[in-house]
Amino acid sequence: MSDAVISFRNFGFQYYSQSEPTLFDINLEIRRGEKVLIAGPSGCGKSTIGHCINGLIPNRYRGTITGELIIDGINTKNASLFDLSHKVGTVLQDSDGQFIGLTVGEDIAFALENDNVPLAEMQKKVSAIAKLVNMENHVSNNPHDLSGGQKQRCSMAGVMVDDVPILLFDEPLANLDPATGRTAIELIDALADEGKTVIIIEHRIEDVLHRHVDRIILVDEGRIIADCTPDHLLAEDLLTKHGIREPLYLTACRYADCRITEDMHPSSLSGFDVSSCRERLISWHEKNRHPAEEQEKKLLLNVDHVKFSYDGVVPVLQDISLNVYEGEMLSIVGKNGGGKSTLASVITGFQQNDAGTVTCEGKDLSQFSVSERAEYVGIVLQNPNQMISKTLIFDEIAFGLRVRGIPEAEVEKRVLEVMKVCGLSEFRKWPISALSYGQKKRVTIASILVLNPKILILDEPTAGQDYRHYSEIMEFLQELNKNGQTIILITHDMHLMLEYTKRAVVLCDGRILADEKAYEVLCDLPLTEKANLKETSLFELAEKAGIRDPLSFVETFIEYDRRYRSNEA
Amino acid sequence: MKLKLFSYNQLDTPIHRLSGFTKLVCFLFLTSAVMFTYDIRCILAITVMSYICMNVAKIRFSQVRLMFIYVLIFLATNFVLTFLFSPKYGVEIYGTEHDIFTIFGNYTLTQEQLFYQITKFSKYLSVIPLGMIFFLTTNPSEFASSLNGVGINYKACTSLSLTLRYFPDVSADYNAIKLAQQARGLDMSKKASVMSRLKNISAILAPLIFTTMDRIELISNAMDLRGFGKQKTRTWYARKPLTKADWLSMGVCLIILLAVMYVRFFVNRSFYYNPFI
Amino acid sequence: MKNASTRTIVATGLGAALFLVLFMFVKIPSPVPETNLQIAYGVSGFFAALFGPVCGFLIAFIGHALNDFIAYGSPWWSWIVASGVCALITGISKGAVASKVEEGIFGFDEIKMFVIFTLIGQAAAWIVVAPILDIVIYGEPASLVFAQGVTAFIVDFITAAVVGCLLLKAYASTKTGKGTLSKE
Repeated sequence: MSDAVISFRNFGFQYYSQSEPTLFDINLEIRRGEKVLIAGPSGCGKSTIGHCINGLIPNRYRGTITGELIIDGINTKNASLFDLSHKVGTVLQDSDGQFIGLTVGEDIAFALENDNVPLAEMQKKVSAIAKLVNMENHVSNNPHDLSGGQKQRCSMAGVMVDDVPILLFDEPLANLDPATGRTAIELIDALADEGKTVIIIEHRIEDVLHRHVDRIILVDEGRIIADCTPDHLLAEDLLTKHGIREPLYLTACRYADCRITEDMHPSSLSGFDVSSCRERLISWHEKNRHPAEEQEKKLLLNVDHVKFSYDGVVPVLQDISLNVYEGEMLSIVGKNGGGKSTLASVITGFQQNDAGTVTCEGKDLSQFSVSERAEYVGIVLQNPNQMISKTLIFDEIAFGLRVRGIPEAEVEKRVLEVMKVCGLSEFRKWPISALSYGQKKRVTIASILVLNPKILILDEPTAGQDYRHYSEIMEFLQELNKNGQTIILITHDMHLMLEYTKRAVVLCDGRILADEKAYEVLCDLPLTEKANLKETSLFELAEKAGIRDPLSFVETFIEYDRRYRSNEA
Repeated sequence: MKLKLFSYNQLDTPIHRLSGFTKLVCFLFLTSAVMFTYDIRCILAITVMSYICMNVAKIRFSQVRLMFIYVLIFLATNFVLTFLFSPKYGVEIYGTEHDIFTIFGNYTLTQEQLFYQITKFSKYLSVIPLGMIFFLTTNPSEFASSLNGVGINYKACTSLSLTLRYFPDVSADYNAIKLAQQARGLDMSKKASVMSRLKNISAILAPLIFTTMDRIELISNAMDLRGFGKQKTRTWYARKPLTKADWLSMGVCLIILLAVMYVRFFVNRSFYYNPFI
Repeated sequence: MKNASTRTIVATGLGAALFLVLFMFVKIPSPVPETNLQIAYGVSGFFAALFGPVCGFLIAFIGHALNDFIAYGSPWWSWIVASGVCALITGISKGAVASKVEEGIFGFDEIKMFVIFTLIGQAAAWIVVAPILDIVIYGEPASLVFAQGVTAFIVDFITAAVVGCLLLKAYASTKTGKGTLSKE
């Protein structure tokens, strides 16, 4: 049998600034050559486990350790980061932060440079590793010319160049679009075949399970909840209970009242034995399907033949035409770098379109300044830290009104109103630094809502959030939408577009590829491939179960799921 | 928006082929030579040479037009201010007075003053092409490694390399934050008063500092995890080995520096070259 | 720099990038004609107070030198060295400021120390270093460079002190002491 390469023994950890430990009594062994997924909701301690393995704890983050952790024979209590860097290679979530070199080659060589490897040997190793991750044609490119997926592959190369036995991936899917994420999982799997021990920290279970993993370790509130094979874990109802999303095809089976057992191999759809579920799925579909009613729509925003280029040479938006109707919540999806954010910048007036017009309620928006436009279109940036400039929540929300010179009495009235809508009333006196990420996000949304924009645009509103926080943010946005707020979401999260937006606009290479119902987009294989999306597993399930109209099955699921969730809430 | 710090363009000219180390050393030799002298003959000689090099490096005027305009504005201001503050400084330096004409009151233009100011003007102007050649033909990756080559501590060199790497990211952050705050109503135009603009800028600065501090945390973790900083030295992937042409160029620049020093200490025997006596 | 932690090195690199961004893009004309309020000096002061003199020096030196390369094609050494010296001296306040700020405190004592060293730094830079180098290297007339130096000193000192304090205060407010964070 292979021996344990990582072993936690009665391990616990408490951060210096926390009043409670983050990890309690962890006992865990990972054997050489194993491929393990550590899953859990945000704040459960899974990243802390990762920090312990790569030595950031206790070398960079202060705190108290109880018990012990042995990595390949070294007790981490006395090991320096440098010692551990030869054992564990870490690929961080943010591939921009990890990309230190000015070019791909330099970045891959970074660890070798630190080890004083001579130039000739370094060049040999770098070109060999670059080939392994399919980056051999990009060695002299700089990071700003690379896609997110390429940057991540470069990060992988950068840790493998040191020939470490253990590879640790911290949320490798967080910043990738669905298709790129799938390629990343395939690449990680290929690396695992070379005898490395691979640890993946992720909460997107369905996407990670695209390839086989040996074990899933489920963590919540600092403790290990489950440590078993994926099939075993998925047969139980543990994931949802602990705030993690289970694969959608399993949710569908549960809605149809199917019993899922370990021997049905629920961990991957291709191996999943649906024979016992077929009857129930078909009858559930027949019982619940009903055509969605079309509502009358009033035009709010019109983007007409808009063209845009940053440098006048490379077109970023080519002839974009788009209508947004009042009270709608729609998503703009597509490849990273396909022009989604640029389109938002043009609508908000951050960038001037080269041709075409943008009108809102019949008024041409080009006549307004950026700040005047904010009364028509408000935008919430992805990272709340990029928007917050005040210490107190009230002041932050009031900022936009105060700089407009609105009398203080009215400012107070409007801010309190918005705080109530956004569920922030009880935090009125709190400093912003004490808020969680999701709450900060609410503050930034509130600070835009207070200006009463006709349309609210959100750039990746749920990026980096686990299922629980994702649902919290999205339910909140849905509530706003129900009260009549028109919302545009820019995203590459397929769940988000499927579950919360009826309509999806697919943007790819600066053109609109499709403008249709969200579920139709995700059931259209050629389209999803072009736009770097992924076909939804619901569609595949329906086909597998022999349902005659798989598209309608997906639609039924979405409708049912919406009702189910709103009853839960 | 992609904003790159070095507008380095990959051409194949003799100057591009030199290593970054050589270009840095030559740049320092020649600029020191200009700094050490106030002899217009030496300055003009170096100026002519550096314009020839600019031609060899195939730097087009359109690439550098904006820089020249800025420099000329700066020099024009300096020219006027110098005359206003010290109209007789040339007389003081050269010890003679040849009046040309009186503008008003005490402000008499002298040949000495004019000569002094023209020398100063060309002294400032002569180093511009040198800087441009260095800046536009040096591969940024190589730059940090070449500094380590001249004996500067590798950690300081790494800082510089990080500056070059993350400048586009930080400026993208700055633009995103600025636009988001402008959309909330921040008036960044010239209409606002100094005080309110100062207050407004802090609404951009605070988020910018916080995002930068987050980035610092992340990057330093990433570097530590890849074993940075434990050894006393490090090697550089981007280092170019030196060739004969490199040594030759450095030699020529050193001779120019020595020649300028010779003229200063043994021919003029002064910082200034005095044609008036 | 030899024994500097990785965090200090990264702070130096990114601090210089930030300094450069502000130096290039943010120009607020001061009440004195032909001079700008340089917000960037507040940023170099902020980093100097948190990471020390060498970090401060390099941030201002690298940032200013790169700015000159981009804007004028060649560096103006006298002012670049002065910028560096200024942040270097401000960085002496690190001992009194940094650890307190990391614990979330930026009170009167810390403000006092920061402002005093900013004052000394700015004075040394613009009234001593820059004018003397201008005279030695470029043969500028003394009356001109000292007049320019005093103006720059007044404008930059006020900007650096005000902006630096605001930033340190804001940064301190995001820091928390031992065992103070608990889940609701």
